[in-house]
Amino acid sequence: MPQSAEKILDHAPLFREPEYRKMLAEKKLNFECPHSDQIVTDQGEYTKTWEYREKNLAREALVVNPAKACQPLGAVFAAAGFERTMSFVHGSQGCVAYYRSHLSRHFKEPSSAVSSSMTEDAAVFGGLKNMVDGLANTYALYDPKMIAVSTTCMAEVIGDDLHGFIENAKSEGSVPPDFDVPFAHTPAFVGSHVDGYDAMVKGILEHFWKGKERTEAAGTINIIPGFDGFCVGNNRELKRLLNLMGVSYTFIQDASDQFDTPSDGEFRMYDGGTKIKDVRAALNAEATLSLQHYNTRKTLEYCQEFEQATASFHYPLGVKATDEFLMKVSEISGKEIPETIRLERGRLIDAMADSQSWLHGKKYAIYGDPDFVYAVARFIMETGGEPIHCLATNGTTAWEAEMKELLASSPFGKDAQVWPGKDLWAMRSLLFTEPVDLLIGNSYGKYLERDAGTPLVRLMFPIFDRHHHHRFPLMGYQGGLRVLTTILDKIFDKLDRESMQLGVTDYSYDLTR
Amino acid sequence: MSLDYENDSALHKELITQVLSHYPNKAAKRRQKHLSVASDGEEVGEEGQAISECDVKSNIKSIPGVMTIRGCAYAGSKGVVWGPVKDMVHVSHGPVGCGQYSWSQRRNYYVGTTGVDTFVTMQFTSDFQEKDIVFGGDKKLEKIIDEIEELFPLSKGLTIQSECPIGLIGDDIEAVSRKKAKEYEKTIVPVRCEGFRGVSQSLGHHIANDAIRDWVFGNAEVEFETGAYDVNVVGDYNIGGDAWASRILLEEMGLRVVGNWSGDATLAEVERAPKAKLNLIHCYRSMNYICRHMEEKYGIPWMEYNFFGPSQIEASLRKIAKHFGPAIEERAERVIAKYQRLVDDVVDKYWPRLQGKRVMLYVGGLRPRHVVTAYEDLGMQIVGTGYEFAHNDDYQRTGHYVKKGTLIYDDATSYELDKFIERIRPDLVGSGIKEKYPVQKMGIPFRQMHSWDYSGPYHGYDGFAIFARDMDLAINNPVWDLYDAPWKKVTAPASAVAAE
Repeated sequence: MPQSAEKILDHAPLFREPEYRKMLAEKKLNFECPHSDQIVTDQGEYTKTWEYREKNLAREALVVNPAKACQPLGAVFAAAGFERTMSFVHGSQGCVAYYRSHLSRHFKEPSSAVSSSMTEDAAVFGGLKNMVDGLANTYALYDPKMIAVSTTCMAEVIGDDLHGFIENAKSEGSVPPDFDVPFAHTPAFVGSHVDGYDAMVKGILEHFWKGKERTEAAGTINIIPGFDGFCVGNNRELKRLLNLMGVSYTFIQDASDQFDTPSDGEFRMYDGGTKIKDVRAALNAEATLSLQHYNTRKTLEYCQEFEQATASFHYPLGVKATDEFLMKVSEISGKEIPETIRLERGRLIDAMADSQSWLHGKKYAIYGDPDFVYAVARFIMETGGEPIHCLATNGTTAWEAEMKELLASSPFGKDAQVWPGKDLWAMRSLLFTEPVDLLIGNSYGKYLERDAGTPLVRLMFPIFDRHHHHRFPLMGYQGGLRVLTTILDKIFDKLDRESMQLGVTDYSYDLTR
Repeated sequence: MSLDYENDSALHKELITQVLSHYPNKAAKRRQKHLSVASDGEEVGEEGQAISECDVKSNIKSIPGVMTIRGCAYAGSKGVVWGPVKDMVHVSHGPVGCGQYSWSQRRNYYVGTTGVDTFVTMQFTSDFQEKDIVFGGDKKLEKIIDEIEELFPLSKGLTIQSECPIGLIGDDIEAVSRKKAKEYEKTIVPVRCEGFRGVSQSLGHHIANDAIRDWVFGNAEVEFETGAYDVNVVGDYNIGGDAWASRILLEEMGLRVVGNWSGDATLAEVERAPKAKLNLIHCYRSMNYICRHMEEKYGIPWMEYNFFGPSQIEASLRKIAKHFGPAIEERAERVIAKYQRLVDDVVDKYWPRLQGKRVMLYVGGLRPRHVVTAYEDLGMQIVGTGYEFAHNDDYQRTGHYVKKGTLIYDDATSYELDKFIERIRPDLVGSGIKEKYPVQKMGIPFRQMHSWDYSGPYHGYDGFAIFARDMDLAINNPVWDLYDAPWKKVTAPASAVAAE
């Protein structure tokens, strides 16, 4: 009997005990009707071939292990970045349970959102009643300052009219007439979570800006971060830099406090976020900057309608991307980049120089949201690394073109291939046929690490199986330092693992590296 | 061992009144029926005297806008019943999200070569686009099945798990399934588990059960040599290895587990289930339908059992053994005796650290009642419990477990839960990922009781030891005493006990 009170074995060691191994082997043999080991091995090997890769990449309909989520997740994340704002997702209720779980598993934080809980009758008659009752309940129970409405695909398929429904609910007294209920249609069958983010932020701006006169406040800047699982670390880091510069800025959508509340005995359903008065005032800003272009295409167009200057970045991570961001901020605000920031930059360069021999020529596969992949590929090339596979399931042809331009700008990008719209099962074939040294992505990549043996660096949402990384920045020079260190640790750990076999490989188990 | 205690009915009634007072009238009226306090048991249940009565309405639509914890029919079918069947490909048919959020989150353990002959921790989706909504997705589905056949030829079959749009746009996934099943001579199961159907996960379980009945049973001639002690384990999803820690006991007592549904299951185990002598059902809520069907159609009796905690395990082993007669009964006694030492050691070790600790539960399926005695085996007390998606028969069964005065909440909203927990301040809350972090912020220890908080198994004797360890480490971690900054007034008393 393997178990004892002195040394309690949980699943990982327990099922490696002989009793269980025997039991499972017999189960397989007697009851599972398995394919023969030979057939399984042969097929397994076949999946590693170029022939399989070609079939795999030729798929037209089936999607396997995609690296994207659906629009309303982005909308719920976006709404979490505004002061005392409750997300209200109109449609089936199971979706909301999923968004909340998904966000909680990544941030290790509460995630609040309500559903209008539409069922079959609402599918037939529409969800107006659900909206009317739902807004009243949310308002009464959760004391929000704003309720941000988005939609599941159910409500979109039956064509519910959010604007009309909300007006109706207000006239029926669900919430006071002047209570803020911005909305966005977020069909799950269009785009991905980055588009849902875009739609919700735009919806909120429209709610507060529509029909208003803009009085430009020169030198002030709005910043829209985009869907970012590292918002906690990143937003705080960017604010620190902007404060050092003395810039007048407003984050439009900032979930850094909402997803990082302290444990001190009180559950804060709402914390931080962009103040509603600041959203109103943001209309007057001289410029709106997006940190993630593909998260804000519609929102920036909307800002341009008010003749705000706009500029967008691709997740300012690494040296040149941070340089460009700071110089743009400096240009608009008229504030100098202070010496302290130049010194910080120098320290990142110093670290890169110290470690360059370990990074030069390393080959990478990178996947994730479009802006993130762009940013990481760029930084990798700054370290002398070579992006080989750049994949974004939610990448567009425009993204593909931008990526190719970036990769063509450096000799380190000459072997890179760009894979818009492909999924992680496609990536598996790429890793087997054209192997790389490191894989950069999120927790889903662990299956690729298992199958192809490529070490995984987790730098993007969602990260379920490692804790607290999102509390540290990836953006800015400090963020660059963190990305650099994370990659180096992975390289050194692998080298140590490979060279630690006593008397066999440990001649290169060097103390200093 | 039975623990003698009673909960504070008066306080709990007051709490119910308090939370209801914050709702708009219409909602308060509806929610009121779902909240109650267990009273003295009067009805005699199927298996003896209930110790209390849990009189709440259940399996009713959630009210909009209140943050219900519930999921949907798709979650009940793909997430619970079908998803764990390991040698089939389960296609999340519709937009990308449903499959993405449920990907690998249930911890249904299995053995196999993932992507080659097993597929549980993969996300197959038809990733619906606008054109699929407008023109229908049947053609796409056909192509998907072709592509699966080409890339995953060792799959034994597939299931089509419908997401909301499928039922709304009028796709005929049954026709596609029939056609393709014929073409490839494989089992293809269309499941109409669109998320808007029903009021919770529960209807999804039922629909998934019906799909087994209609699309698997009687499909193929099953050749299988049967034995006198063949049983199916039904409604064990092998979360963290639960089914394995259960199977080992059943085999030790001389039974032959010919099928395990659906954790670590293969299609073959599902197909030949009607040949077993007895169905043993753990999660009654999600799989009673197919057991009733097998009873009616094939004359296979079914029996509920409970493998949480030694009291229930012992009682269940004896009950199961009794069905098979003296030879098995004798072996069951030997199994119980064999593990008694482990049980005693675990209880001796943890009882002093956990005795008198008060627990609130809010889970799904069977756990709001099934785990009660496991806690009591460690000297702990259940002050409140409730289900996300129970039916009336679940609450009847709950009366066999909970003490008078226990707070009962059906389809609790997060508002109610937060308020109840804040006022009762239990020593431990057992619920899900969405509830975990709010509770911990309040300084109250928490264990996820869906996923075992990434631990497990909790079933069987091996699992009980882990369960005891986990409850101890949750409650007696020193972090709970660090919440107050020393320069602020202290509000919570010290409670940690150092690890042994």
